[in-house]
Amino acid sequence: MQPIINVSEISKTYASGFQALKSVNLSIDKGEILALLGPNGAGKTTLISIICGIVNPSSGSVTVDGMDIARDYRAVRSMIGLVPQELTTDAFETVWNTTSFSRGLFGKPSNPKHIEKVLRDLSLWDKKDRKVRELSGGMKRRLLIAKALSHEPRILFLDEPTAGVDVELRKDMWQSVRELRASGVTVILTTHYIEEAEEMADRIGVINHGEIVLVERKDELMRKLGKKQLVLQLNSALDAIPSGLAQFGLELGADRNQLIYTYDTRAERTGITSLLSAMGAAGVSFSDLDTTQSSLEDIFVDLVKASR
Amino acid sequence: MNYRAVWAIYRFEMSRAWRTLMQSIVSPVLSTSLYFVVFGTAIGSRIPQIEGVSYGAFIVPGLIMLSLLTQSVANASFGIYFPRFSGTIYELLSAPVSPLEVVLGYVGAAASKSILLGVVILATAAFFVDLHIAHPILMISFLVLTAVTFSLFGFIIGLWADGFERLQVIPLLVITPLTFLGGTFYSIKMLPEFWQTVSHFNPVVYLVSGFRWSFFEISDVDVTVSIAATVAFMLACLAVISWMFKTGYRLKN
Ligand SMILES: Nc1ncnc2c1ncn2[C@@H]1O[C@H](COP(=O)(O)OP(=O)(O)OP(=O)(O)O)[C@@H](O)[C@H]1O
Ligand SMILES: [Mg+2]
Repeated sequence: MQPIINVSEISKTYASGFQALKSVNLSIDKGEILALLGPNGAGKTTLISIICGIVNPSSGSVTVDGMDIARDYRAVRSMIGLVPQELTTDAFETVWNTTSFSRGLFGKPSNPKHIEKVLRDLSLWDKKDRKVRELSGGMKRRLLIAKALSHEPRILFLDEPTAGVDVELRKDMWQSVRELRASGVTVILTTHYIEEAEEMADRIGVINHGEIVLVERKDELMRKLGKKQLVLQLNSALDAIPSGLAQFGLELGADRNQLIYTYDTRAERTGITSLLSAMGAAGVSFSDLDTTQSSLEDIFVDLVKASR
Repeated sequence: MNYRAVWAIYRFEMSRAWRTLMQSIVSPVLSTSLYFVVFGTAIGSRIPQIEGVSYGAFIVPGLIMLSLLTQSVANASFGIYFPRFSGTIYELLSAPVSPLEVVLGYVGAAASKSILLGVVILATAAFFVDLHIAHPILMISFLVLTAVTFSLFGFIIGLWADGFERLQVIPLLVITPLTFLGGTFYSIKMLPEFWQTVSHFNPVVYLVSGFRWSFFEISDVDVTVSIAATVAFMLACLAVISWMFKTGYRLKN
Protein backbone atom coordinates (compact mmCIF):
# COMPACT_ATOMS: atom_id res chain seq x y z
CA MET A 1 0.00 0.00 0.00
CA GLN A 2 1.02 3.56 -0.71
CA PRO A 3 2.30 5.23 2.45
CA ILE A 4 0.62 8.56 3.14
CA ILE A 5 3.21 9.67 5.68
CA ASN A 6 6.86 8.88 5.44
CA VAL A 7 9.11 9.81 8.32
CA SER A 8 12.75 9.40 7.47
CA GLU A 9 15.71 9.68 9.83
CA ILE A 10 14.00 12.22 12.07
CA SER A 11 16.04 13.29 15.07
CA LYS A 12 15.17 15.93 17.59
CA THR A 13 17.38 17.49 20.20
CA TYR A 14 15.62 20.12 22.28
CA ALA A 15 17.31 23.38 23.21
CA SER A 16 17.92 21.89 26.65
CA GLY A 17 20.25 19.41 24.95
CA PHE A 18 17.89 16.50 25.51
CA GLN A 19 17.59 14.16 22.56
CA ALA A 20 13.92 13.23 22.33
CA LEU A 21 14.04 11.37 19.00
CA LYS A 22 16.87 9.33 17.54
CA SER A 23 16.76 8.75 13.78
CA VAL A 24 13.17 7.68 13.64
CA ASN A 25 11.87 6.00 10.50
CA LEU A 26 8.20 5.31 10.12
CA SER A 27 5.81 4.93 7.26
CA ILE A 28 2.09 5.19 7.74
CA ASP A 29 -0.35 3.70 5.26
CA LYS A 30 -3.29 5.49 3.78
CA GLY A 31 -6.49 4.71 5.64
CA GLU A 32 -5.01 2.79 8.54
CA ILE A 33 -5.26 3.35 12.26
CA LEU A 34 -1.81 3.38 13.78
CA ALA A 35 -1.43 3.36 17.52
CA LEU A 36 1.77 4.69 19.04
CA LEU A 37 2.46 3.17 22.40
CA GLY A 38 5.21 4.16 24.74
CA PRO A 39 5.90 5.17 28.31
CA ASN A 40 5.90 8.80 29.48
CA GLY A 41 8.62 10.80 27.81
CA ALA A 42 9.17 8.27 25.03
CA GLY A 43 8.84 10.91 22.33
CA LYS A 44 5.33 10.30 20.99
CA THR A 45 4.20 13.89 21.24
CA THR A 46 7.49 15.13 19.86
CA LEU A 47 7.10 12.94 16.79
CA ILE A 48 3.53 14.07 16.19
CA SER A 49 4.47 17.71 16.74
CA ILE A 50 7.19 17.47 14.12
CA ILE A 51 4.85 16.02 11.51
CA CYS A 52 2.25 18.71 12.27
CA GLY A 53 4.72 21.59 12.05
CA ILE A 54 4.76 22.57 15.71
CA VAL A 55 8.29 21.45 16.46
CA ASN A 56 11.22 21.81 14.10
CA PRO A 57 13.17 18.59 13.60
CA SER A 58 16.92 18.73 14.19
CA SER A 59 17.49 16.54 11.15
CA GLY A 60 15.65 14.25 8.81
CA SER A 61 12.61 14.76 6.65
CA VAL A 62 8.93 13.97 6.53
CA THR A 63 6.71 13.71 3.50
CA VAL A 64 2.94 13.64 3.53
CA ASP A 65 1.21 12.39 0.41
CA GLY A 66 4.55 12.76 -1.35
CA MET A 67 5.02 16.39 -0.32
CA ASP A 68 7.69 17.73 1.99
CA ILE A 69 6.21 19.09 5.22
CA ALA A 70 8.39 22.20 5.16
CA ARG A 71 8.39 23.09 1.49
CA ASP A 72 4.73 22.29 0.79
CA TYR A 73 3.51 23.19 4.26
CA ARG A 74 0.29 24.69 2.99
CA ALA A 75 -0.89 21.63 1.08
CA VAL A 76 0.35 19.27 3.78
CA ARG A 77 -1.18 21.04 6.73
CA SER A 78 -4.58 21.48 5.14
CA MET A 79 -4.80 17.68 5.06
CA ILE A 80 -3.99 17.23 8.73
CA GLY A 81 -6.08 17.59 11.86
CA LEU A 82 -4.41 17.54 15.25
CA VAL A 83 -5.85 16.87 18.68
CA PRO A 84 -3.15 17.84 21.15
CA GLN A 85 -2.45 16.06 24.39
CA GLU A 86 -2.82 19.16 26.53
CA LEU A 87 -6.28 20.63 27.02
CA THR A 88 -5.53 23.99 25.47
CA THR A 89 -8.62 25.93 24.59
CA ASP A 90 -9.81 29.49 24.21
CA ALA A 91 -11.56 29.73 27.53
CA PHE A 92 -13.73 32.73 26.70
CA GLU A 93 -15.03 31.71 23.31
CA THR A 94 -18.17 29.70 22.74
CA VAL A 95 -17.98 26.12 21.55
CA TRP A 96 -19.56 27.06 18.25
CA ASN A 97 -17.23 29.99 17.58
CA THR A 98 -14.05 28.21 18.43
CA THR A 99 -14.99 25.28 16.20
CA SER A 100 -15.92 27.57 13.30
CA PHE A 101 -12.69 29.49 13.85
CA SER A 102 -10.68 26.31 13.29
CA ARG A 103 -12.42 25.68 10.00
CA GLY A 104 -11.67 29.20 8.80
CA LEU A 105 -8.07 28.99 9.94
CA PHE A 106 -7.59 25.95 7.75
CA GLY A 107 -8.94 27.86 4.77
CA LYS A 108 -12.24 26.05 4.36
CA PRO A 109 -15.41 27.97 3.43
CA SER A 110 -17.85 28.21 6.29
CA ASN A 111 -20.21 25.25 6.51
CA PRO A 112 -22.54 25.35 9.51
CA LYS A 113 -24.02 21.97 8.54
CA HIS A 114 -20.67 20.28 8.87
CA ILE A 115 -19.89 21.99 12.17
CA GLU A 116 -23.28 20.90 13.46
CA LYS A 117 -22.64 17.31 12.43
CA VAL A 118 -19.24 17.25 14.10
CA LEU A 119 -20.61 18.73 17.33
CA ARG A 120 -23.51 16.30 17.34
CA ASP A 121 -21.25 13.31 16.72
CA LEU A 122 -19.17 14.31 19.71
CA SER A 123 -22.20 14.93 21.93
CA LEU A 124 -21.41 18.63 22.18
CA TRP A 125 -24.38 20.03 20.31
CA ASP A 126 -26.30 21.04 23.41
CA LYS A 127 -23.20 22.91 24.58
CA LYS A 128 -22.67 24.88 21.41
CA ASP A 129 -23.44 28.27 22.93
CA ARG A 130 -21.54 27.64 26.13
CA LYS A 131 -18.25 29.29 26.90
CA VAL A 132 -15.41 26.79 26.66
CA ARG A 133 -14.34 27.36 30.25
CA GLU A 134 -17.74 26.11 31.40
CA LEU A 135 -17.05 22.68 29.93
CA SER A 136 -15.75 19.72 31.89
CA GLY A 137 -12.36 18.22 31.10
CA GLY A 138 -13.79 15.39 29.02
CA MET A 139 -15.96 17.84 27.09
CA LYS A 140 -12.93 20.00 26.37
CA ARG A 141 -11.15 16.95 25.04
CA ARG A 142 -14.07 16.30 22.72
CA LEU A 143 -14.11 19.95 21.72
CA LEU A 144 -10.48 19.65 20.65
CA ILE A 145 -11.48 16.70 18.51
CA ALA A 146 -14.36 18.72 17.05
CA LYS A 147 -11.95 21.53 16.20
CA ALA A 148 -9.65 19.10 14.44
CA LEU A 149 -12.53 17.56 12.49
CA SER A 150 -14.08 20.91 11.61
CA HIS A 151 -11.85 21.26 8.56
CA GLU A 152 -12.37 17.75 7.24
CA PRO A 153 -8.81 16.45 7.49
CA ARG A 154 -7.62 13.40 5.55
CA ILE A 155 -5.20 12.54 8.32
CA LEU A 156 -6.04 12.83 11.98
CA PHE A 157 -3.55 12.84 14.84
CA LEU A 158 -5.01 12.03 18.23
CA ASP A 159 -2.55 12.55 21.06
CA GLU A 160 -4.12 10.62 23.92
CA PRO A 161 -7.67 11.31 22.81
CA THR A 162 -9.40 9.36 25.54
CA ALA A 163 -7.46 10.61 28.55
CA GLY A 164 -10.09 11.85 30.98
CA VAL A 165 -13.05 10.69 28.91
CA ASP A 166 -15.52 8.43 30.67
CA VAL A 167 -15.96 4.81 29.65
CA GLU A 168 -19.20 5.20 27.74
CA LEU A 169 -18.04 8.20 25.75
CA ARG A 170 -14.75 6.48 25.15
CA LYS A 171 -16.61 3.69 23.40
CA ASP A 172 -18.49 6.29 21.35
CA MET A 173 -15.22 7.92 20.47
CA TRP A 174 -13.73 4.65 19.30
CA GLN A 175 -16.80 4.17 17.18
CA SER A 176 -16.38 7.64 15.66
CA VAL A 177 -12.74 6.89 14.91
CA ARG A 178 -13.73 3.69 13.14
CA GLU A 179 -16.27 5.61 11.10
CA LEU A 180 -13.61 8.10 10.18
CA ARG A 181 -11.38 5.33 9.00
CA ALA A 182 -14.24 3.87 7.02
CA SER A 183 -14.54 7.21 5.24
CA GLY A 184 -10.86 6.97 4.29
CA VAL A 185 -9.26 9.07 7.02
CA THR A 186 -5.86 7.92 8.25
CA VAL A 187 -5.70 7.99 12.03
CA ILE A 188 -2.60 8.10 14.20
CA LEU A 189 -3.25 7.90 17.90
CA THR A 190 -1.09 7.72 20.96
CA THR A 191 -2.32 6.10 24.09
CA HIS A 192 -1.29 4.67 27.38
CA TYR A 193 -4.27 2.35 27.41
CA ILE A 194 -3.13 -0.85 25.81
CA GLU A 195 -6.71 -2.03 25.50
CA GLU A 196 -7.33 0.99 23.35
CA ALA A 197 -4.55 0.08 20.95
CA GLU A 198 -5.70 -3.52 21.00
CA GLU A 199 -9.26 -2.46 20.31
CA MET A 200 -8.66 0.17 17.67
CA ALA A 201 -5.41 -0.16 15.83
CA ASP A 202 -4.55 -1.86 12.57
CA ARG A 203 -0.90 -1.46 13.35
CA ILE A 204 0.96 -0.75 16.51
CA GLY A 205 4.19 1.14 16.91
CA VAL A 206 6.09 0.99 20.15
CA ILE A 207 8.39 3.87 20.92
CA ASN A 208 10.78 4.12 23.82
CA HIS A 209 13.64 6.49 24.61
CA GLY A 210 13.15 8.26 21.30
CA GLU A 211 13.45 5.13 19.21
CA ILE A 212 10.85 3.08 17.42
CA VAL A 213 11.24 -0.30 18.99
CA LEU A 214 8.78 -2.03 16.73
CA VAL A 215 6.01 -1.44 14.22
CA GLU A 216 3.84 -4.38 13.40
CA ARG A 217 0.35 -5.29 12.34
CA LYS A 218 -1.61 -5.80 15.51
CA ASP A 219 -2.82 -9.31 14.74
CA GLU A 220 0.67 -10.39 13.68
CA LEU A 221 2.16 -8.87 16.76
CA MET A 222 -0.27 -10.71 18.96
CA ARG A 223 0.42 -13.90 17.10
CA LYS A 224 4.16 -13.54 16.95
CA LEU A 225 4.66 -12.61 20.53
CA GLY A 226 1.47 -14.10 21.87
CA LYS A 227 2.47 -16.98 24.07
CA LYS A 228 0.07 -19.06 26.04
CA GLN A 229 0.68 -20.60 29.40
CA LEU A 230 -0.88 -23.69 30.86
CA VAL A 231 -0.90 -23.67 34.64
CA LEU A 232 -1.42 -27.00 36.38
CA GLN A 233 -2.39 -26.98 40.05
CA LEU A 234 -0.72 -30.04 41.57
CA ASN A 235 -2.12 -32.32 44.22
CA SER A 236 1.19 -32.44 46.08
CA ALA A 237 4.24 -30.21 45.99
CA LEU A 238 7.30 -31.23 43.97
CA ASP A 239 10.90 -30.79 45.00
CA ALA A 240 12.11 -30.69 41.45
CA ILE A 241 10.78 -31.24 37.98
CA PRO A 242 10.80 -35.01 37.33
CA SER A 243 13.35 -36.05 34.74
CA GLY A 244 10.62 -37.57 32.59
CA LEU A 245 9.23 -34.07 32.04
CA ALA A 246 12.54 -32.31 31.35
CA GLN A 247 11.92 -31.98 27.60
CA PHE A 248 8.92 -29.64 28.11
CA GLY A 249 10.83 -26.73 29.65
CA LEU A 250 8.47 -26.52 32.61
CA GLU A 251 8.66 -24.08 35.47
CA LEU A 252 7.68 -24.68 39.04
CA GLY A 253 5.18 -22.12 40.23
CA ALA A 254 3.76 -20.94 43.54
CA ASP A 255 4.93 -23.02 46.53
CA ARG A 256 6.22 -25.69 44.14
CA ASN A 257 2.58 -26.56 43.85
CA GLN A 258 2.16 -25.45 40.26
CA LEU A 259 3.64 -26.56 36.99
CA ILE A 260 3.74 -23.91 34.28
CA TYR A 261 4.01 -24.90 30.67
CA THR A 262 4.62 -22.20 28.07
CA TYR A 263 3.71 -22.95 24.48
CA ASP A 264 3.37 -21.18 21.24
CA THR A 265 -0.13 -20.80 19.87
CA ARG A 266 1.26 -20.58 16.32
CA ALA A 267 2.98 -23.96 16.50
CA GLU A 268 1.34 -26.85 14.74
CA ARG A 269 1.40 -29.01 17.80
CA THR A 270 1.21 -27.43 21.20
CA GLY A 271 2.54 -30.51 22.96
CA ILE A 272 -0.18 -30.47 25.57
CA THR A 273 -1.33 -34.02 24.95
CA SER A 274 2.18 -35.44 25.23
CA LEU A 275 2.81 -33.38 28.36
CA LEU A 276 -0.28 -34.73 30.05
CA SER A 277 0.54 -38.32 29.20
CA ALA A 278 4.15 -37.85 30.31
CA MET A 279 2.85 -36.51 33.62
CA GLY A 280 0.67 -39.54 34.01
CA ALA A 281 3.68 -41.76 33.41
CA ALA A 282 5.75 -39.81 35.95
CA GLY A 283 2.94 -40.09 38.50
CA VAL A 284 2.35 -36.37 38.82
CA SER A 285 -1.34 -35.66 39.30
CA PHE A 286 -3.13 -32.33 39.21
CA SER A 287 -6.39 -30.96 40.54
CA ASP A 288 -6.98 -27.99 38.28
CA LEU A 289 -5.70 -26.33 35.16
CA ASP A 290 -5.84 -22.90 33.64
CA THR A 291 -4.53 -21.22 30.51
CA THR A 292 -3.54 -17.58 30.10
CA GLN A 293 -2.58 -15.68 26.97
CA SER A 294 -0.12 -12.81 27.17
CA SER A 295 -1.96 -9.60 26.37
CA LEU A 296 -0.56 -6.73 24.40
CA GLU A 297 0.23 -5.23 27.74
CA ASP A 298 2.63 -8.04 28.60
CA ILE A 299 4.18 -7.76 25.17
CA PHE A 300 4.56 -4.05 25.61
CA VAL A 301 6.07 -4.31 29.06
CA ASP A 302 8.51 -6.93 27.79
CA LEU A 303 9.54 -4.74 24.88
CA VAL A 304 10.02 -1.66 26.93
CA LYS A 305 12.05 -3.59 29.48
CA ALA A 306 14.18 -5.12 26.76
CA SER A 307 14.99 -1.75 25.23
CA ARG A 308 15.90 -0.18 28.52
CA MET B 1 -3.15 33.38 0.06
CA ASN B 2 -5.38 31.89 2.75
CA TYR B 3 -7.78 34.83 3.06
CA ARG B 4 -10.19 32.79 5.13
CA ALA B 5 -7.55 32.26 7.76
CA VAL B 6 -6.72 35.97 7.86
CA TRP B 7 -10.39 36.73 8.27
CA ALA B 8 -10.82 34.04 10.94
CA ILE B 9 -7.95 35.44 12.99
CA TYR B 10 -9.10 39.02 12.48
CA ARG B 11 -12.63 38.25 13.57
CA PHE B 12 -11.46 36.24 16.52
CA GLU B 13 -9.28 39.11 17.73
CA MET B 14 -11.98 41.69 17.17
CA SER B 15 -14.52 39.63 19.12
CA ARG B 16 -12.04 39.61 21.98
CA ALA B 17 -12.14 43.42 21.87
CA TRP B 18 -15.91 43.46 22.08
CA ARG B 19 -15.82 41.20 25.09
CA THR B 20 -13.42 43.58 26.77
CA LEU B 21 -15.05 46.73 25.47
CA MET B 22 -14.54 48.42 28.82
CA GLN B 23 -10.77 48.09 28.69
CA SER B 24 -10.47 48.54 24.96
CA ILE B 25 -12.38 51.77 24.48
CA VAL B 26 -13.84 53.18 27.63
CA SER B 27 -10.72 53.38 29.76
CA PRO B 28 -8.53 55.17 27.18
CA VAL B 29 -11.35 57.64 26.56
CA LEU B 30 -11.62 58.24 30.27
CA SER B 31 -7.91 58.76 30.74
CA THR B 32 -7.74 61.08 27.73
CA SER B 33 -10.55 63.16 29.18
CA LEU B 34 -8.59 63.40 32.39
CA TYR B 35 -5.55 64.63 30.48
CA PHE B 36 -7.70 67.31 28.92
CA VAL B 37 -9.14 68.40 32.22
CA VAL B 38 -5.71 68.57 33.86
CA PHE B 39 -3.38 69.67 31.08
CA GLY B 40 -5.74 71.26 28.63
CA THR B 41 -8.04 73.18 30.90
CA ALA B 42 -6.49 73.54 34.35
CA ILE B 43 -2.84 74.04 33.38
CA GLY B 44 -3.34 74.94 29.74
CA SER B 45 -5.36 78.04 30.56
CA ARG B 46 -2.17 79.53 32.05
CA ILE B 47 0.01 78.61 29.10
CA PRO B 48 0.13 81.02 26.18
CA GLN B 49 -0.53 79.88 22.64
CA ILE B 50 2.14 77.79 20.95
CA GLU B 51 2.85 79.02 17.43
CA GLY B 52 -0.65 80.41 17.22
CA VAL B 53 -2.41 77.31 18.56
CA SER B 54 -4.08 77.19 21.97
CA TYR B 55 -2.42 74.77 24.37
CA GLY B 56 -5.58 72.69 24.68
CA ALA B 57 -5.68 72.12 20.93
CA PHE B 58 -1.90 71.75 20.70
CA ILE B 59 -1.85 68.64 22.88
CA VAL B 60 -4.67 66.85 20.98
CA PRO B 61 -2.43 65.19 18.34
CA GLY B 62 0.06 64.24 21.05
CA LEU B 63 -2.63 62.70 23.23
CA ILE B 64 -4.02 60.70 20.35
CA MET B 65 -0.52 59.47 19.56
CA LEU B 66 0.06 58.56 23.19
CA SER B 67 -3.03 56.34 23.24
CA LEU B 68 -2.41 55.04 19.75
CA LEU B 69 1.12 53.92 20.59
CA THR B 70 0.42 52.36 23.95
CA GLN B 71 -2.79 50.66 22.83
CA SER B 72 -1.33 49.34 19.57
CA VAL B 73 1.58 47.81 21.44
CA ALA B 74 -0.64 46.48 24.21
CA ASN B 75 -3.25 44.98 21.87
CA ALA B 76 -0.87 43.38 19.44
CA SER B 77 1.54 42.04 22.04
CA PHE B 78 -1.24 40.52 24.12
CA GLY B 79 -2.96 39.15 21.03
CA ILE B 80 -0.05 36.92 20.08
CA TYR B 81 1.37 36.39 23.56
CA PHE B 82 -1.80 34.94 25.00
CA PRO B 83 -2.06 31.93 22.65
CA ARG B 84 1.61 31.26 23.30
CA PHE B 85 0.93 31.39 27.01
CA SER B 86 -2.24 29.30 26.96
CA GLY B 87 -0.93 26.83 24.40
CA THR B 88 -3.62 27.43 21.78
CA ILE B 89 -0.81 28.56 19.48
CA TYR B 90 -0.54 24.89 18.47
CA GLU B 91 -3.46 25.40 16.16
CA LEU B 92 -1.91 28.39 14.44
CA LEU B 93 1.37 26.55 13.99
CA SER B 94 -0.30 23.48 12.54
CA ALA B 95 -2.57 25.47 10.22
CA PRO B 96 -1.86 26.10 6.54
CA VAL B 97 -1.10 29.77 7.11
CA SER B 98 1.96 31.77 6.17
CA PRO B 99 3.64 34.18 8.58
CA LEU B 100 2.31 37.03 6.47
CA GLU B 101 -1.26 35.82 6.98
CA VAL B 102 -0.76 35.48 10.72
CA VAL B 103 0.63 39.00 10.86
CA LEU B 104 -2.18 40.39 8.72
CA GLY B 105 -4.77 38.84 11.01
CA TYR B 106 -3.26 39.82 14.35
CA VAL B 107 -1.71 43.14 13.41
CA GLY B 108 -4.71 44.07 11.29
CA ALA B 109 -7.02 43.53 14.23
CA ALA B 110 -4.77 45.36 16.70
CA ALA B 111 -4.36 48.28 14.32
CA SER B 112 -8.10 48.44 13.63
CA LYS B 113 -8.78 48.69 17.32
CA SER B 114 -6.28 51.50 17.82
CA ILE B 115 -7.54 53.40 14.79
CA LEU B 116 -11.05 53.16 16.15
CA LEU B 117 -9.71 54.32 19.47
CA GLY B 118 -7.89 57.26 17.86
CA VAL B 119 -11.11 58.36 16.20
CA VAL B 120 -13.01 58.06 19.47
CA ILE B 121 -10.40 60.15 21.27
CA LEU B 122 -10.50 62.73 18.51
CA ALA B 123 -14.26 62.95 18.93
CA THR B 124 -13.83 63.25 22.70
CA ALA B 125 -11.29 66.02 22.21
CA ALA B 126 -13.70 67.91 20.00
CA PHE B 127 -15.88 68.33 23.11
CA PHE B 128 -13.12 70.15 24.94
CA VAL B 129 -11.42 72.24 22.30
CA ASP B 130 -12.17 73.85 19.00
CA LEU B 131 -10.43 71.58 16.47
CA HIS B 132 -9.50 72.39 12.95
CA ILE B 133 -7.80 69.74 10.84
CA ALA B 134 -5.77 71.27 8.02
CA HIS B 135 -4.96 68.04 6.17
CA PRO B 136 -7.57 65.37 7.00
CA ILE B 137 -6.27 62.81 4.54
CA LEU B 138 -2.72 63.13 5.78
CA MET B 139 -4.03 63.01 9.33
CA ILE B 140 -5.84 59.71 8.64
CA SER B 141 -2.79 58.34 6.85
CA PHE B 142 -0.62 59.12 9.86
CA LEU B 143 -3.15 57.54 12.15
CA VAL B 144 -3.22 54.33 10.10
CA LEU B 145 0.52 54.21 9.51
CA THR B 146 1.29 54.69 13.18
CA ALA B 147 -1.31 52.16 14.31
CA VAL B 148 0.06 49.55 11.91
CA THR B 149 3.69 50.26 12.73
CA PHE B 150 3.27 50.07 16.47
CA SER B 151 1.01 47.06 16.24
CA LEU B 152 3.87 45.37 14.38
CA PHE B 153 6.19 46.48 17.14
CA GLY B 154 3.76 45.11 19.73
CA PHE B 155 3.61 41.85 17.82
CA ILE B 156 7.38 41.54 18.12
CA ILE B 157 7.14 42.12 21.85
CA GLY B 158 4.39 39.51 22.11
CA LEU B 159 6.62 37.00 20.36
CA TRP B 160 9.65 37.91 22.40
CA ALA B 161 8.07 38.07 25.86
CA ASP B 162 8.37 34.96 27.98
CA GLY B 163 6.26 36.16 30.85
CA PHE B 164 3.59 38.71 31.59
CA GLU B 165 6.16 40.99 33.23
CA ARG B 166 8.16 41.23 30.03
CA LEU B 167 4.97 42.05 28.20
CA GLN B 168 4.59 45.13 30.42
CA VAL B 169 8.24 46.11 30.52
CA ILE B 170 8.65 47.56 27.04
CA PRO B 171 5.48 49.66 27.07
CA LEU B 172 6.32 50.90 30.55
CA LEU B 173 10.04 51.46 30.18
CA VAL B 174 10.27 52.42 26.54
CA ILE B 175 7.04 53.53 24.94
CA THR B 176 5.67 55.72 27.71
CA PRO B 177 8.90 57.68 28.37
CA LEU B 178 9.59 58.10 24.67
CA THR B 179 6.08 59.39 24.15
CA PHE B 180 6.21 61.82 27.05
CA LEU B 181 9.61 63.06 25.92
CA GLY B 182 8.51 63.05 22.28
CA GLY B 183 6.76 66.40 22.29
CA THR B 184 3.33 65.15 23.28
CA PHE B 185 2.71 68.01 25.67
CA TYR B 186 5.21 70.55 24.33
CA SER B 187 7.06 71.61 21.24
CA ILE B 188 10.65 70.40 21.34
CA LYS B 189 11.59 73.87 20.15
CA MET B 190 10.87 74.91 23.75
CA LEU B 191 13.78 72.76 24.92
CA PRO B 192 17.41 73.87 25.35
CA GLU B 193 19.54 73.24 22.27
CA PHE B 194 21.18 70.12 23.69
CA TRP B 195 17.90 68.37 24.49
CA GLN B 196 16.53 69.32 21.10
CA THR B 197 19.41 67.39 19.54
CA VAL B 198 18.83 64.43 21.84
CA SER B 199 15.14 64.48 20.96
CA HIS B 200 15.95 63.90 17.33
CA PHE B 201 16.95 60.36 18.30
CA ASN B 202 13.47 59.74 19.65
CA PRO B 203 11.32 58.19 16.93
CA VAL B 204 8.13 59.36 18.62
CA VAL B 205 9.13 62.97 17.94
CA TYR B 206 8.73 62.33 14.23
CA LEU B 207 5.33 60.74 14.69
CA VAL B 208 3.90 63.43 16.92
CA SER B 209 5.40 66.22 14.86
CA GLY B 210 4.09 64.88 11.57
CA PHE B 211 0.70 64.15 13.06
CA ARG B 212 0.50 67.61 14.55
CA TRP B 213 1.43 69.16 11.24
CA SER B 214 -1.57 67.48 9.62
CA PHE B 215 -3.75 69.33 12.14
CA PHE B 216 -2.15 72.77 12.49
CA GLU B 217 0.65 72.96 9.93
CA ILE B 218 3.16 73.46 12.72
CA SER B 219 5.90 70.91 13.26
CA ASP B 220 9.21 70.24 14.98
CA VAL B 221 10.65 68.38 12.01
CA ASP B 222 9.76 68.43 8.36
CA VAL B 223 6.68 66.38 7.61
CA THR B 224 8.37 64.34 4.85
CA VAL B 225 11.08 63.38 7.32
CA SER B 226 8.31 62.28 9.69
CA ILE B 227 6.74 60.04 7.09
CA ALA B 228 10.08 58.59 6.01
CA ALA B 229 11.06 57.83 9.61
CA THR B 230 7.75 56.10 10.36
CA VAL B 231 7.90 54.00 7.20
CA ALA B 232 11.51 53.06 7.98
CA PHE B 233 10.51 51.90 11.46
CA MET B 234 7.64 49.89 9.99
CA LEU B 235 9.96 48.14 7.54
CA ALA B 236 12.38 47.38 10.34
CA CYS B 237 9.58 45.77 12.36
CA LEU B 238 8.52 43.72 9.35
CA ALA B 239 12.08 42.52 8.85
CA VAL B 240 12.37 41.44 12.48
CA ILE B 241 9.05 39.59 12.33
CA SER B 242 9.93 37.74 9.16
CA TRP B 243 13.22 36.70 10.75
CA MET B 244 11.35 35.50 13.84
CA PHE B 245 9.02 33.36 11.77
CA LYS B 246 11.77 32.03 9.58
CA THR B 247 13.73 30.77 12.57
CA GLY B 248 10.66 29.81 14.60
CA TYR B 249 12.00 32.09 17.33
CA ARG B 250 10.02 31.58 20.55
CA LEU B 251 7.30 29.93 18.48
CA LYS B 252 8.68 26.48 17.85
CA ASN B 253 11.00 24.25 19.77
N1 LIG C 1 10.16 21.76 24.91
C1 LIG C 1 10.94 20.81 25.41
N2 LIG C 1 12.18 21.10 25.85
C2 LIG C 1 12.98 20.14 26.34
N3 LIG C 1 12.64 18.85 26.45
C3 LIG C 1 11.43 18.50 26.03
C4 LIG C 1 10.51 19.45 25.49
N4 LIG C 1 9.37 18.80 25.16
C5 LIG C 1 9.57 17.51 25.48
N5 LIG C 1 10.80 17.33 26.01
C6 LIG C 1 11.37 16.04 26.45
O1 LIG C 1 11.36 15.15 25.37
C7 LIG C 1 11.00 13.86 25.80
C8 LIG C 1 9.85 13.33 24.98
O2 LIG C 1 8.69 14.09 25.28
P1 LIG C 1 7.30 13.79 24.61
O3 LIG C 1 6.35 14.83 25.06
O4 LIG C 1 7.49 13.62 23.16
O5 LIG C 1 6.93 12.39 25.28
P2 LIG C 1 5.62 11.52 25.16
O6 LIG C 1 6.02 10.21 24.60
O7 LIG C 1 4.57 12.26 24.44
O8 LIG C 1 5.24 11.34 26.68
P3 LIG C 1 3.79 11.26 27.40
O9 LIG C 1 3.34 9.86 27.29
O10 LIG C 1 4.10 11.63 28.80
O11 LIG C 1 2.91 12.23 26.72
C9 LIG C 1 10.70 13.96 27.30
O12 LIG C 1 11.81 13.49 28.01
C10 LIG C 1 10.52 15.42 27.53
O13 LIG C 1 10.98 15.78 28.81
MG1 LIG D 1 2.81 13.02 24.91
